[in-house]
Amino acid sequence: MNVTEKNIDFNVESIRKDFPILRREVNGKPLVYFDNAATSQTPQQVIDVIVDYYSNYNANIHRGVHSLSQEATDAYELARQKIQTHFNAAQPHEIIFTSGTTHGINLVANGFTSLLNEKDELIVSALEHHSNIVPWQMLCERTGAKLHVIPMNQNGDLDLSEYDKLLGPNTKLVFVNHISNALGTINPIKEIINKAHTVGAAVLVDGAQSCPHIKPDVQDLDVDFYVCSAHKICGPTGIGMLYGKEKWLKTLPPYQGGGEMIAEVTFKKTSYADLPHKFEAGTPNVCGGIAFGAALDYMNAIGFDAIANYENELLDYATKLLLEIEGVKIYGTAKKKTSVISFNVGNIHPYDIGTLLDKMGIAVRTGHHCAQPIMDYYQIPGTIRASFMFYNTREEIDYFISSLKKAVLMLS
Amino acid sequence: MTIEEVQNEIIDEFSMFDDWEERYQYMIDLGKTLPLIEDKFKTDDHIIKGCQSKVWVHAEMDDNKVKFTADSDAIITKGIIAILIRVFSNQNPKAIIDSDTDFIDQIGLKEHLSPTRANGLVSMIKQLKMYAIAYQTQLN
Repeated sequence: MNVTEKNIDFNVESIRKDFPILRREVNGKPLVYFDNAATSQTPQQVIDVIVDYYSNYNANIHRGVHSLSQEATDAYELARQKIQTHFNAAQPHEIIFTSGTTHGINLVANGFTSLLNEKDELIVSALEHHSNIVPWQMLCERTGAKLHVIPMNQNGDLDLSEYDKLLGPNTKLVFVNHISNALGTINPIKEIINKAHTVGAAVLVDGAQSCPHIKPDVQDLDVDFYVCSAHKICGPTGIGMLYGKEKWLKTLPPYQGGGEMIAEVTFKKTSYADLPHKFEAGTPNVCGGIAFGAALDYMNAIGFDAIANYENELLDYATKLLLEIEGVKIYGTAKKKTSVISFNVGNIHPYDIGTLLDKMGIAVRTGHHCAQPIMDYYQIPGTIRASFMFYNTREEIDYFISSLKKAVLMLS
Repeated sequence: MTIEEVQNEIIDEFSMFDDWEERYQYMIDLGKTLPLIEDKFKTDDHIIKGCQSKVWVHAEMDDNKVKFTADSDAIITKGIIAILIRVFSNQNPKAIIDSDTDFIDQIGLKEHLSPTRANGLVSMIKQLKMYAIAYQTQLN
């Protein structure tokens, strides 16, 4: 499949046919899947790639002399190039396959252990998911470095004037998500990156929530590290990528030891393999990597501009209808946000509404969305989160709204 | 009434309903009959872990029978704990420990029985039985 931004006409009915899961029923009702920010669904084109891999060329990769191993290696490395092209990385070896966003963050956080001391400072945003908080707290515990937080306002925007004050000569690392998972805020990461670079700090951007909706250009952003998970972008679970600038990936020590990541091993000394293998110890998720590439092909064939336009329409439509329901409060009303709506209705517990919506076939997420600091900020136990992808429809939103009204009536 | 008799009574009540809406509406109504826990016991050590909503449970022994009170910040969870307390409260510890909870399947709430389900029904049953085990130990 060719990767092109020029898209076919956006036809949601034809797109939906690509997703077999959208044809199933839940609790006797047609599935309405609005939990896309947690994981996206998989199109037949990607499922076919997975089936083809295990049916025809499953083998361990690299250094195999036999044909299957060569075919699998070629497909895996081709996937790396697809990812490189998609994110516009300068070199294919700047793309490291990981098990997902969390793995990528831990890889970088561990790599910095030997580079930091107690005088150093790290900056995190208040909008982060636990996976972009905890690894850095652990890094601070190991090194004695201090962790600072860029505060947010009621709308869910970061306060960048506070960020300016936190930046200083001791700032070594800044980490921020491109888009908040709990609120959908699109953060001004280019500005955050530029400012960090003026004091010589490196920046890691968590792209878990952005990659399904926009196509980041890592060279244009001048970002040092960018991480994401394939399962949010129509790919399988258990695979993701870490982009790192070559100079950083050369500086950081390996994260895990094992096969694949070595050049030469004796009991006295082991020398490490070149990039990217230095960070890919053990047999990788070969099929996952190949399917990740296929998922990007699929998304690019539709086109990210078309996807974003359509999802924005869904967001506006759902937001308008939701706000017509008495007692609805939406959390995260940043000017720039993606198709995620976090909300509550009056004092009704999100769990109650989520349970009743499930009975009506609707999948939403309820709870703190692994972003407790944000919930603490708003002083709520959690929210209901509906998140849309390009395969969702206005009709589904209509059904969601009428089901929500029914749930509220039952619970009032 | 024995635990089994109470369970059969509840099964009878739920058998009148044809669809999930009526069952859930009844469960929500049962939540309103829950013997409420005193505020002084609404502390972290009375919270049942494993629930997405908060559930507090307190137990007392009176005349060799365990009496439960509880509350939850979610309405459906309150209904679930109300059903469990109606079954287990005012029973002797041994009866509580020996009882099964198959009736939950029979009243159409089977989906809540999965241990990975975020509502924590399984945790609630476990916690109620833990109280019973503690009181049984005192009796021995």
